[in-house]
Amino acid sequence: MLEVRGLSKTFQSGGLLRQGQSKKAVDDVSFHLQASETLAIVGESGSGKSTTARLAMRLIDSDAGQIFWQGNDVTQVKGRALRLQRHQIQMVFQDPFASLNPRMRIWESVAEGLRVHRPDMNKQQRRDAVADALQQCGLNANIMQRYPHQFSGGQRQRIGIARALIVKPKVLVLDEPVSALDVSVQAQILNLLKELQKTSNLAYLFISHDLSVIQHIADRVLVMFDGKVVEQGNVKDVFSHPQHDYTRELLAARPITHPSQRINL
Amino acid sequence: MLEINDLSLAVPMQQASVPAVSHVSISMKPGRVMGLVGESGCGKTLTAQSILRLGEHQGITKISGDIQLHGESIFSMSEKQLRKVRGRKIAMIFQEPMTALNPVFSIGSQILEVIGLHLDLSRKDAKLHAIQLLEDVGLQDVEHLLQQYPDALSGGMRQRVLIAMAMSANPDYIIADEPTTALDVSVQKRIIALLRKLQKDKGLGMLLVTHDFGLVAEMCDDVVVMYAGEVVESGAVMDIFDHPAHPYTQALMGCRPEAAQDGQALTVIEGQVPAPGEWPQGCRFAARCPYADADCQQAVVADAWQHGEHIARCVHVRMQEEGQANDGADTAC
Repeated sequence: MLEVRGLSKTFQSGGLLRQGQSKKAVDDVSFHLQASETLAIVGESGSGKSTTARLAMRLIDSDAGQIFWQGNDVTQVKGRALRLQRHQIQMVFQDPFASLNPRMRIWESVAEGLRVHRPDMNKQQRRDAVADALQQCGLNANIMQRYPHQFSGGQRQRIGIARALIVKPKVLVLDEPVSALDVSVQAQILNLLKELQKTSNLAYLFISHDLSVIQHIADRVLVMFDGKVVEQGNVKDVFSHPQHDYTRELLAARPITHPSQRINL
Repeated sequence: MLEINDLSLAVPMQQASVPAVSHVSISMKPGRVMGLVGESGCGKTLTAQSILRLGEHQGITKISGDIQLHGESIFSMSEKQLRKVRGRKIAMIFQEPMTALNPVFSIGSQILEVIGLHLDLSRKDAKLHAIQLLEDVGLQDVEHLLQQYPDALSGGMRQRVLIAMAMSANPDYIIADEPTTALDVSVQKRIIALLRKLQKDKGLGMLLVTHDFGLVAEMCDDVVVMYAGEVVESGAVMDIFDHPAHPYTQALMGCRPEAAQDGQALTVIEGQVPAPGEWPQGCRFAARCPYADADCQQAVVADAWQHGEHIARCVHVRMQEEGQANDGADTAC
C-alpha cells in the first residue's frame, strides 16, 4: 500500500554565530507497509525515526528517494493531489496534551481534519462524525463540549486517536503514542489500537523505543541507527536472531523483568 | 535511619485543602534501595518531596505524622537546619535532566555553586572536587566539560552531571524521582548501572520513585506500592515480584506488555485512580478490583494480610490463597 525507496534527508543547522553544519537525518531508507499490518520503527533519539515517518507522510520533502501510494508515485504531487494523499495517512503524537489546543473544545479539535479533507460536510454531519470517532475510541460522545484539561492522559490520547481517525485514513503514524502514559493506561491504549486495526483494517507505522511494546503490537520492525536502517524483518525473527550489532546492543539494553535477572556488580 | 511515620499530607485545591497522602510509613536504611511504585496521582512524588519539605511553598501541608532523620524530626527543623539536611544529608535527583540544569550557567559554575553551599573548600580544592565528582559518574574530558553549557550535553550526560551534583556533599540518602524515564533505553541501562555502583560503593540509602517495574527489578531491595494516597503493599523485591499480594500490585504487573500471552489483549485496570477528595470510605481500590465485595466497604488496615515482612492492605489475599473467607482483619484503622 505504502512503499518508500531510498529516502534521504539532510538538515542544515547553524546560524548567526555558528558555522552551518549539515546532518544526514535519514539516509537511504526503504520500507513497505500493507493494509492491517503494523510496522514498528525502533531506534534511539536522533536516529531518524520521526523524520522517516514525516517524509513518508509528505509532511516534509525528501532530498532523494521515492514514495509510492498504492503503486502510484506520490513523491512530487502537489496541491489537491497532495491533500488527497495526506488524508490517507494521519498522525497520533506522543504528548496528547501538547497536541490538543487547550482553548478549543474537544469536538472542534477532533473535527479539524474534516474542515480540510471533507469541506462538503455541514456542521451537523461533522458533529455526527466526531461522535462516531469518539465512540470508536471508547469515549462517550457527550464529552464534545469539554476542554482538554478536563481529561486524563489516557483519555487525551484516545481523543488524539479519534482526531486522526475522523478522516478515515488507511494508515496511522503513531509517534511514541504510549511512552508518556502509565503502564495501566498504556495497556488500554495498546488494546484499543489492536481493536481498531482489526475493525478498520488500519495499517500502523509505529514509532517507539520500547521493545516490549513493539514485541506486543508490531508484525515487522525496522531498526534505525544514525539515519540508516540497519536491520528489518519479522519482529519474532529480529528479536530472537538479531543480525546487526546495534540490534543486539539494543536488545541487551532491554530492562529486565524480574530481580533474579539482575547482573551482580 | 530515615523514617516516614504515619505521614498524611494535604494539597491545596480551589477552596480547601484536600488530603492527598494518608498514613504512609516507609523506613529507609543505609545501603538499601527502597522502591516507591504506583500510577501517576497516587502520591508517590508528594511523599518523596515531603522528606525534604519541598512542597511547602506550593501550599502542601502536613496533617499528621512525622519524618525523622537519625531520630530528629524534619518538621521541627528551622529553615537553617533544613538547609544543612538538603543536599548534605539527603540529596535529590529529579526526573527531567533537560530542565533541572540552568541553561545560562556553565556546568562548572553550577556544580561549584552546589559544592560552595555544602562544603568549606578553597576555590582550587572545590574545582578538584568537582572534577573528581564528574569523573566518578563516568564523564570524560571533565576539564572541558566544566566550561560547557547544558545545551551541549546529551540527556544521559546531563543526568550524570545531576547525579554528580547530588553526590557532591557525600549524602547519606538519595531520593531519585524517575531518574531514567526521560532517557533512551541504552542510556537508561548505563545510568542504572551508575546509580547502583554509587549506591553500593558509598552504602547509600536510596528512595527510588518510579512507575516502572523494570527499574524496580534492576535496583530495589524493598518495594512500597502506593494507591490513591496510601500504601497498599510492601515487602522485599523478590516477594513482590514472585507473589504480589494486593490485587492492585497484581494488576499493575499484569498490564506490562511482556506479561501478555502472544496475540492476546493486555490486561487492563478499568477506570482510573480516584483523585484526592474522591476517595471511597473502604478499600480505595475496590471500585477497580475484581475481588471486591461487601467486606471491602469498610476501611482496611495496612497489615490486613501479613507474611513476615510482606504486608498488604487487602482483606482478600488469604481468601485468594486458600479459597476461604478471611477472619476478622477488617476492623477500621
